[in-house]
Amino acid sequence: MAKARIKLPESTKIGDVIEIKTLISHVMETGQRKDADGKPIPRSIINSFQATFAGEQVFAAELHPGISANPYLSFFMKVPGPGELEFTWIDDAGVRVVEKMKLNVV
Amino acid sequence: MVLSSKPDRRKFTLGATASAAIVGLAPALLAQEAAEGWEQAVKRVLGDAKPIEGKPLIDLPEIAENGNTVPFTVSVDSPMSETDNVRTIYIIATANPQPGVATFHFSPLSGKATVASRMRLAKTQDVLVIAELGDGRFLMSKRNVKVTIGGCGG
Repeated sequence: MAKARIKLPESTKIGDVIEIKTLISHVMETGQRKDADGKPIPRSIINSFQATFAGEQVFAAELHPGISANPYLSFFMKVPGPGELEFTWIDDAGVRVVEKMKLNVV
Repeated sequence: MVLSSKPDRRKFTLGATASAAIVGLAPALLAQEAAEGWEQAVKRVLGDAKPIEGKPLIDLPEIAENGNTVPFTVSVDSPMSETDNVRTIYIIATANPQPGVATFHFSPLSGKATVASRMRLAKTQDVLVIAELGDGRFLMSKRNVKVTIGGCGG
């Protein structure tokens, strides 16, 4: 899996409700398609995502083959204070991508 | 009468045993989403609960030119407080080979019950959104999307 991209507001205040946007490259192969020889192409998708703030879950998602390739997710968080966000993507092969990002609270 | 009731009772007992065996298999069957119709997916979410219709706001294009990537935003107007909040949002595409699209879990840190992503739509169909509230109630709404070129390939 390639590197993920995360977008946070440049600076926030305690109590702000901020939008968090994430994108990761992944083929999200549905398992429904066949190759040129007519053989089924095995399913390979990112099946779960989690975002935590200072160890507490903010948002989580179970993804199915109906989610497009290179899954994009946007969700919100009410800023409780300064801290670090951690994002985890897991695919069918068990590969985990973990990204950490500090939230700039003024 | 008494005599003839005997075979009936036996039949019933056998029937009950048979259905118990099927019930025992049910979780594994349901986990295999490929074999699951959208009605089953909805039933698995709702159980016997009756959803309040029309509540989650669904932002989807009326016409999707490319079914491989259809942007959507789903939101429920909720204060996301300790007592009044949205726990989970389920997205179901009724005419996809695998109707379950995604399940989104919110938390006390969410602040807002809004989520956006991109979905595949195999053809023109209704997309269902079910929101499960913290108090156990359900909200449900649907949107029809006309798909010009279907996603999911194959």
